[in-house]
Amino acid sequence: MNEYTYPIIAGITVGTALRVFMLRTDYRQYPTYLHGKIIHLSLGFIAASLGTIAIPSIMEKEFTAVTFLTLAASQFREVRNMERNTLTEMDSFELVPRGNTYIEGIAVAFESRNYLVIFTSFVVTLCYLAINGWAAVGAALVCFIISSLLMSGSKLSDIVTVELSELSFEGAGLYVDNIYIMNIGLPERQDEILKYGMGFILTPKSFSVRSTIANLGQRQAILHDVSVTLGVFRDSGTPALVPLIKRDLNDGRIGVFILPQEKDPVRAKEIISSVPVLENAIQMPSRKRNREG
Amino acid sequence: MKMEKAILAAITTQSEKVTGSTAVFHCDTKEEMEAVAANLEAILDGIAHALSDRLYIIVKH
Repeated sequence: MNEYTYPIIAGITVGTALRVFMLRTDYRQYPTYLHGKIIHLSLGFIAASLGTIAIPSIMEKEFTAVTFLTLAASQFREVRNMERNTLTEMDSFELVPRGNTYIEGIAVAFESRNYLVIFTSFVVTLCYLAINGWAAVGAALVCFIISSLLMSGSKLSDIVTVELSELSFEGAGLYVDNIYIMNIGLPERQDEILKYGMGFILTPKSFSVRSTIANLGQRQAILHDVSVTLGVFRDSGTPALVPLIKRDLNDGRIGVFILPQEKDPVRAKEIISSVPVLENAIQMPSRKRNREG
Repeated sequence: MKMEKAILAAITTQSEKVTGSTAVFHCDTKEEMEAVAANLEAILDGIAHALSDRLYIIVKH
């Protein structure tokens, strides 16, 4: 036991607790498995340790110890690769895949959470050593609040309005409102689609949003989330029964065609509204124009 | 070059409209055409698209 014992314990505990707090198995069903959780909790513990140890090292004038943080950075980049590989492997077996953009978003989130843990442990230990234990408690609370703010991105309902819309056939062409989705030849498939399918129209609230929701990865994320939550009426040998999203080129609206197992329009609307806006899909063409003008 | 889409078969009641290297299934009635298309769709893992009332194609996406 020395003067650093309690600060180090505090830093590591708060850091690991923060990782637990951010590790939620939600409707996206990931990470569902115990082993996946153990990996992330262990890495969270390592991240917390690294963040914590930095402060006593500096106080002992062991400045080279800080270079350990660079080691941590490369270590956590590996976390991103690991997540990306696992999810990409699993994605080929999903009836409605997540898509690479969504996977990249999740992988980046896993990496950045570890940095938040390092930062939190760093701050908590610093406050403990520089001020006192109560300051460390306060710092921990602030870090939890900041982390939860940083970790909650915007939702689709912030950028578009979601409306239920009728599905219709014009000849063999399937339409959601006036947006053409695809050509379905067989009458029995058409009947199935009219019976089980649902259509939604997403209207962008501003000009910049048009390109965000036009992003193919963002569209796939919508389809995946809806299919995971409401189930999907399809099997491996039925490529005609595939949920799709197409775009109206005139005004940037997108037509969402889904085939849920549970036909509940109110719930489907809620789910589409709460699909995360993928950070990789966000584009801001209007900002560029403002700068020029 | 990677082929993303390919016509696997054509099913028609209008034989003179389809020629070439695609597998063509000639049918006598619309019902027969639909039955053949439904079977081929399941067998080939493709989608049956209607180009007209008398011509279906099975496309692999």
